[in-house]
Amino acid sequence: MSRTAKILATLFVGLVVTAALFPSLLAPGDPLAVKPSEAFQAPSLQYPFGTDESGRNVYTRVVHGTADSLTIGLAATALGMGIAILLGVITAFGPRWIDSVILRLLEVLYAIPALLMALLIIAFTGPGTTPAIIAVGLSTAPGYSRLIRTHLRTLVNSEMFDAATVLGHSRWHKVRNHLIPNTLSTLLALITLGIGQAVIWASALSFLGLGTPPPAPEWGAMLANGRTYLHFAWWLTVFPGAAIVTIAAGATLLGRTATRSRT
Amino acid sequence: MNTPAVEIENLSVTFPGPNKTRIEAVKNVSLTLTPGKALGIVGESGSGKSVTARSLLGLTSGNVTADTLNILGTDATRLTEKQWREIRGNKVAMILQDALNSLDPLRPIHREIADALPGSRKQRKQAAVEALYSVEMPEPALRAEQRSPQLSGGMRQRALIAQAMIGSPSVVVADEATTALDTRLTRMVLDQLAQLKDQGIALAMISHDLAQIAQVADDIIVMRHGEIVESGPTEQLLSNPQHDYTKQLLAAIPSGVARFAPLSQVATTEAGTFENFRHPADMRKLTDTLAIAVHGLSKTFGDHAAVSDVSFSVPQGSTLGLVGESGSGKTTTARMILGLERPDTGSVSIFGQHFAPAKESDRRDLRDQLGAIYQDPLASFDPRYTTSQILINALSGGTTSRSRHYHKRALELLDLVELDSSLLSRSPRELSGGQRQRLAIARALAPKPDILVLDEPVSALDVSVQATVLDLLDRLQLETGTSYLFITHDLAVVEHMSDQIAVMTHGNLVETGTAQQIIHEPSHPYTQQLIAAAPDWGPRSRR
Repeated sequence: MSRTAKILATLFVGLVVTAALFPSLLAPGDPLAVKPSEAFQAPSLQYPFGTDESGRNVYTRVVHGTADSLTIGLAATALGMGIAILLGVITAFGPRWIDSVILRLLEVLYAIPALLMALLIIAFTGPGTTPAIIAVGLSTAPGYSRLIRTHLRTLVNSEMFDAATVLGHSRWHKVRNHLIPNTLSTLLALITLGIGQAVIWASALSFLGLGTPPPAPEWGAMLANGRTYLHFAWWLTVFPGAAIVTIAAGATLLGRTATRSRT
Repeated sequence: MNTPAVEIENLSVTFPGPNKTRIEAVKNVSLTLTPGKALGIVGESGSGKSVTARSLLGLTSGNVTADTLNILGTDATRLTEKQWREIRGNKVAMILQDALNSLDPLRPIHREIADALPGSRKQRKQAAVEALYSVEMPEPALRAEQRSPQLSGGMRQRALIAQAMIGSPSVVVADEATTALDTRLTRMVLDQLAQLKDQGIALAMISHDLAQIAQVADDIIVMRHGEIVESGPTEQLLSNPQHDYTKQLLAAIPSGVARFAPLSQVATTEAGTFENFRHPADMRKLTDTLAIAVHGLSKTFGDHAAVSDVSFSVPQGSTLGLVGESGSGKTTTARMILGLERPDTGSVSIFGQHFAPAKESDRRDLRDQLGAIYQDPLASFDPRYTTSQILINALSGGTTSRSRHYHKRALELLDLVELDSSLLSRSPRELSGGQRQRLAIARALAPKPDILVLDEPVSALDVSVQATVLDLLDRLQLETGTSYLFITHDLAVVEHMSDQIAVMTHGNLVETGTAQQIIHEPSHPYTQQLIAAAPDWGPRSRR
């Protein structure tokens, strides 16, 4: 990683973490405070991102929305990864017939577009933050499972593993010395890439009115809301949209760099 | 007799190095290629031989300067990339090294061969079939339609030669075209190269293996550190080498060298003269104890019988050489002996104790007696480990303890395989090929095994490096009485290293006997074919 890239990455992570944990440091106002007299103000010094139809400060809402988007992104990735690691380990080490059954099942799930599956899950559970997390988590799990299974299989069949077997190392030692350390870096890259993806999907669900319900400052919901006024209040859609793009692109970039620095 | 096809005088190639330094890959090299003659360029990796050859095609990325660089009458010192393209393929062609990776697996062979030609698709295909015919490809019209994964190794190699010949070049460069090929394939490529000479082509053959170069070349250039150390007609260079380095390269060829006679030479402290590496005398007392006994091993993958009913034994303290071409089942046999693959039938015992097939937990105690060394040591090391971590991990049985005791033992192991202790903190990636293989040997020796299974341990090494590793293995066997199962496709190596030889083909063991018997009086037709294909290495008898 080059010096500038490092600085940029640190700045990005710092900004996002601050916005998520201490939003008031960056935007002291109340994201829900309504002020009808100030409705549809264009961006200015007082309102850097303008105001919406109820006079709420868009900048404050975008900053305070970080926590929500990031929670969904992290929780969904954690859920998806958790399931994927479980399935990956079972398929890679379990008996062959289990491997075949799970692989076929994953292939069936692969045939259904992930977002469609997320919609299906929400059709059962009803909209909300938790259902959005579950939906995004479950629909990303099949892809991760296959990646993890392949990775583990490659390691187990590698000459490095053979060499340890011939030296008489126990299964546990092989897993601890070679398997886990060589998998962690791959997982880390997958996770960072996954968070960006999950944030986009969570926003997409909210945009469709299936995620975090209003008036909470969720980016996808803000986008959907701003769409009505797009022809005269562009700032209502541009800024939440930019936030989604920034966080997704940032996470993806971090993941890419992590992948590259490994090799 | 002829005007030279290529004349090079004082060729130098430099590459940008770290901190604005220049790395001189080739220094003041002069050579001449004559139509109908072959020039062999020999040297170890990093000697600048490939860079020299590539500059004939304008393929070096470095900074090329030369007093004369005359290719077929064209002054090539300052050609543009476009002008080079006119030369490549049509006037100067290159036979690529790796047939497996050089052909696009998704395109039919005829397109791989003839796509660069002018003319209609039909004409090009016809030309490709003709080219395949001229390199003696069986069923050329059928093969032209196929893709490279459908061809055998030998056919791919022929296709590559056809690809080089399609533009009717006057100069052909063969860069390590025979490296890592099986004996019979190597013979085939060498014969093809000799034929090119007969067709009046000026040939430049590059290899680290002097024995193979000598089969084809009329003149030889020996390169080291980017410079020519010696050159001359093949006969003269082989029978009366002048430079110490040439002598060293000649001595490194294992063909016909007596068992335990040294191959490598070490520099004595004074004035850089070389003397033969010395072994302790062969004081082995061979007993009737069998280190490895293999009974009726078979293994089938799908409906392909990889190994069928193989039986042999390795007496304690001796070496059994297992020879076979790729796909003969020798590696699968080794994996079954090491307990990495479960045999369908048959059994393996080690010093009379049952070893395979068995549950891993039941035989773990026996594992200390068994070590393994692979062709690609790098793949067998954890990429995150340093040299010292690799050794300590092996010594401590996987507990990765940081104890001082292990550190001391690691240093002893390095010393045993003649590696410097300063390498302890290095990653294996930073080591040379020979050093890596030494490290792999050190690791295998960590549990003080009585048996080493060596699967192609020197096939990826230059002949001169191979010599040092073989000498090391000889010394270890004499000092410790370790028994070796030595697997290789290289007859010269196996002859030098083995007390007994077993020959495998298509999963069957066709012949077993003493090294003398197998090499000089082979009885099975396959063994006879194999021996006949091996390089005819004369000069040894002259020394």
